[in-house]
Amino acid sequence: MSRQEEAVLTIFERSKPGRRAAVLPEAEVPEPPLEELIPANLLRGEPPRLPEVAEPEIVRHYNRLSRRNFDLDTGFYPLGSCTMKHNPRLNERVAALPGHARLHPAQEPKRAQGALEMMWLLQESLAEICGLPHVSLQPSAGSHGELAGLLLTRAFHADRGEERTKVLAPDTSHGTNPASVTMAGYEIVKVETDERGGVDMDDLRAKVDDEVACLMLTNPNTLGLFDENIAEIAALIHAAGGTLYYDGANLNAVMGHSRPGDMGFDIVHVNLHKSFSQPHGGGGPGAGPIAVSERIEPFLPRPHVVRGEGGNGSRAAYDLDFERPKSIGRLRGFQGNFGVFVRSYAYILSLGADGLAEASETAVLNANYLKARLAEGRAGRHLPVAFDRHCMHEFVLSGKPMKKELGVATLDLAKRLLDFGFHPPTVYFPLLVEEALMIEPTETETKESLDAFAAAIDQILAEAEEHPEKAKQAPYTTPVRRLDEVKATRRPVVRQPL
Amino acid sequence: MTRYTSATPEDRAEMLAAIGVESTAELFAQIPAPLRLEEPPALPGGMSEAGVYERLAELAARNVDCERQVCFLGAGMYDHYVPAIVDAITQRSEFLTPYTPYQPEISQGGLQAMFEFQTMMSELTGLPVSNAGLYEGPSSVASAAYLAIGATKGRRRFVVSRGLHPHSRETLATYCEGFDAAIEEVGLDDGATDPGALATAVDGETAAVFLQSPNFLGAIEDVEALGAAAREHGALLVVAVDPMTLGVLKPPGECGADIALGEGQPLGNRLDFGGPSFGFFCGSEALIRRMPGRIAGETDDVDGRRGFVLALQTREQHIRREKATHNICTAQALNALAATIHLAWLGREGFRELGELLVRRTAYARERLAAVEGVELLHGAPVARELALRLAAPVDRVLDRCAERGIAAGYPLGREYPEHEDGLLVAITERRTKAQIDALADALGAAVAAEAVTV
Repeated sequence: MSRQEEAVLTIFERSKPGRRAAVLPEAEVPEPPLEELIPANLLRGEPPRLPEVAEPEIVRHYNRLSRRNFDLDTGFYPLGSCTMKHNPRLNERVAALPGHARLHPAQEPKRAQGALEMMWLLQESLAEICGLPHVSLQPSAGSHGELAGLLLTRAFHADRGEERTKVLAPDTSHGTNPASVTMAGYEIVKVETDERGGVDMDDLRAKVDDEVACLMLTNPNTLGLFDENIAEIAALIHAAGGTLYYDGANLNAVMGHSRPGDMGFDIVHVNLHKSFSQPHGGGGPGAGPIAVSERIEPFLPRPHVVRGEGGNGSRAAYDLDFERPKSIGRLRGFQGNFGVFVRSYAYILSLGADGLAEASETAVLNANYLKARLAEGRAGRHLPVAFDRHCMHEFVLSGKPMKKELGVATLDLAKRLLDFGFHPPTVYFPLLVEEALMIEPTETETKESLDAFAAAIDQILAEAEEHPEKAKQAPYTTPVRRLDEVKATRRPVVRQPL
Repeated sequence: MTRYTSATPEDRAEMLAAIGVESTAELFAQIPAPLRLEEPPALPGGMSEAGVYERLAELAARNVDCERQVCFLGAGMYDHYVPAIVDAITQRSEFLTPYTPYQPEISQGGLQAMFEFQTMMSELTGLPVSNAGLYEGPSSVASAAYLAIGATKGRRRFVVSRGLHPHSRETLATYCEGFDAAIEEVGLDDGATDPGALATAVDGETAAVFLQSPNFLGAIEDVEALGAAAREHGALLVVAVDPMTLGVLKPPGECGADIALGEGQPLGNRLDFGGPSFGFFCGSEALIRRMPGRIAGETDDVDGRRGFVLALQTREQHIRREKATHNICTAQALNALAATIHLAWLGREGFRELGELLVRRTAYARERLAAVEGVELLHGAPVARELALRLAAPVDRVLDRCAERGIAAGYPLGREYPEHEDGLLVAITERRTKAQIDALADALGAAVAAEAVTV
């Protein structure tokens, strides 16, 4: 049996009655029947059918599973707008210190001063990086930060006796933006993109009115382009009484070079799992702190970490402030994804001011270099860049000519890249670029990696010119080949029958 | 060159030449000059790896964690023992460093782990469909509310037990500003949700009824009986549960719940001062296309081999945008993996035994603590792993005195339950030995005696 075939058993299929891993402590206390402690009608009959497996086989099972994943520590992972940068192991080490990992969230502030000070320092650092005075660390991820920002916007307007109905976002925005808008009870209005890849100013002017609560913008946007009209955009929105929201998914382009606060944004979310090196974990955890302007501050979520001056030369004291009468309230339990804060603060300490600026500079250099490499030869012909100018930290190619001339779609190219040992770029996004490939190399990749990726693209295109069906059937070397996603949606099997 | 970048001066020169620019300043010129920073941000310079370690270790040392104090704090997050294999496996690069599995052919490990997680959570809750996890408990409650509005054709009223975690009730209230929905709270009677008040509160406009069992005061609710009001009016019954009690307590799925959800931290996740953990979210078949978050599904590849994909993606924001069932994108996959490994390690028998152990140690603690002078039970309802006490002395002073003995005696109820200003919530895990419970009884007795309010 091959390794791959062996690995497709689930943990339940490795189960056998009587096997076990856990050895629990002795009860040490009287052990009456449970019915004497809890009414029988509230008790469970049969226990949940969890697998029965001894520890050695559990370890083997999950190790085998792990080998069926591609990961950033193994290879190049240029997913656009995802910022797959190196995850320093130092950060894992400091997050695992018992003073962090085994600190109960309800520990009284006076016995959690180190944690609160660290959170306060991270708030201050993010405020400085974003160019805005106040930060709440509470949101759990970017989309949670977006929802927070929209609820802050709602509270801000309500406080002035206004109720507005619409939120504007460009057609290039991340899918989370419109989804968050709906959850926050607003109507999304799409703003078009102009021929240079920025917000279409005429369309924006036509859509701005006193019903607009907020404009959500990613800058640089998902085309990897900085919107040069940002000052004018901000002036327009502010003049109409709206707030300006910055989707920080692309902050990795501008750290230490430009600040959303200076651009006129009122609310910014920061993806600590993108720009600040928290590992993505196969889909989280992350954290999405928000930085806000003075006029938004009264509405920030509670509790908020605050610093009190210590008197008589004593140390400053940190606390959780619950007394925030205008606060939108809680967005989640306890104080936020603290373990993520530890990692990101360690990252900021490691790099420092110059290091952060250098990281963004190198991210932009790497993106432009890879873009230049892919503008040559076959890639240049089959995969033209969607907006041909210098990009920031990412860029978007269009597979439209490739599809038309070779019959190979962007999806096929992506799948063939798997055989070459690369994670494909983000595909079919942003929506306004046909057959889009969105490529973000990040600063932690070597020139050699970028060259190898460009060479692989060239080789795949050369192959496609001769044998297009090769890409259309790809991949060949992965643990499984193309999967039937339609079946998984039409007749979903989402748990194992036991 | 910082320690995480590799571009040498030669690399840079070659790359700039290939781009056709003199310097990276030309690339940044697309940012209008007034918006370009002249100076780097006002942050300290970078530090050595050893220096960063020392700085964070110094901060960590100023926290009183569960290795330095015997912890009876709970309130949703608990000091359970996390088996070593959880750390070993979740720290593997292959699980730690990938993105969300958008390319299933090279993400089978993560996807299969999600499928196993879903199966386990479905078993625990007794409901057929589980997603792959949400952020944490309280926001999962708010997510259920959002689902309920859609599932009841736009009803915008929620009936919520006061036994639901205060953080969940507050989070729900925050979200409801966006949902334009109203919340009616139903009080507790001797620790458990008042059935008469609940029946009165639920009406034909109610989208969902929210219960928690064991509730925040530790009381096990009769979910089945309470749920009748929801069924009668066509409202969804949403039940928040402590997963560690589901080896012994009747699962929500057998009590008529449409949705069972909760805080996942007790399963394989460390305390981390409150996060990251995960929220679990299970529902009936009828709700599968309205579920929030990722769901892994089993399917076949072109060669007929078994494989797993993200199923029902048409619910999700990256496909459906403003029509998505939720805005969630990055969630807590690694935390759900930790839970999966922990549950596999506990296994069928171990999970039940752990639940029994919690119930028996809690029963012992209840009897032992209630016998202390100046300490009495706050309610008489049955409990599983957490119990509420009333103290005849100011709770904050009692906590300080216990802390001097190295004990975090529990969670003070006063802030969130002003009617229980004298209340203390005490949580039990398998790590809290009989000797520690006895020490808590002694410490509480001494502290209450010392601080007792003299009449």
